Amino acid sequence: MKAYFGRRYMLSASHRLHTQALTAEQNRAVYGKCNNAHGHGHNYVVEVLVGGAVAAETGMVVDLAELDEAVRERIMNRFDHANLNRDRLFADRVPTTENLCRAIFELLRDALPAGQLEQVRVEETENNFFECSARG
Amino acid sequence: MIYLTRRAMFSASHYYWNESWTAEKNERVFGRCANRNGHGHNYTLEVTVAGDPDPVTGFVVDLKWLKDAMEREVLAAYDHKHLNLDAPEFAHAIPTTENIAIAAWQRLEPAITAAGGARLSRIRVYETPEIFAEYRGEA
Repeated sequence: MKAYFGRRYMLSASHRLHTQALTAEQNRAVYGKCNNAHGHGHNYVVEVLVGGAVAAETGMVVDLAELDEAVRERIMNRFDHANLNRDRLFADRVPTTENLCRAIFELLRDALPAGQLEQVRVEETENNFFECSARG
Repeated sequence: MIYLTRRAMFSASHYYWNESWTAEKNERVFGRCANRNGHGHNYTLEVTVAGDPDPVTGFVVDLKWLKDAMEREVLAAYDHKHLNLDAPEFAHAIPTTENIAIAAWQRLEPAITAAGGARLSRIRVYETPEIFAEYRGEA
């Protein structure tokens, strides 16, 4: 019987939305205060949803300790208390929360057993969030 | 198609224990959740139904009816109860959040289907604000 298990994690990071493809003026127009030269930060909430058969022995779809370890090793150690713009993933990609969400999805998808990751949601503030799902 | 979700809270105790395992294995796999004296949570139950708004009422489902159905079918069995000891579905199955989501579906789905109109789309159960499980029926 397939069920889904979700877990929410928090990471604090800074970023600046700016692209070399646009002029300084265009960057300010597109990104507004997110283009501030010295950046700014958020407490991001990363919600990880995994799916699978409920194991008869444990009643669980995932080993929570293994999920926590994958998130800690691949996501938290990399992005928590970091400047996203300095990460090589964002060397030529703007660290919008859309791009962060997709990066986290891909990093976790590769770390977890095949087919287990269903969706990643990244909440940038209480009022906006982004989702990336296995269904495309 | 509109998806409509209603939330309700219930408070319950439980423990995790597989009767076919040794005490050592239960304690190794389930950790603190294997404490046989149990522990408790404030659970949040989210019930999502899907359907088209009724042309007369504009409702996908009557929210008062849904609230009553959730209370009658699920909360009456789980709220302020010990899930292992009070709910027959957990006499032998382990009341993990995953299994609670499935059991809540099985409790609610017949009433929602019998009422006609909206169909049950998703059950999500939060054990804490950070941990939840969901069930979407048989794929």
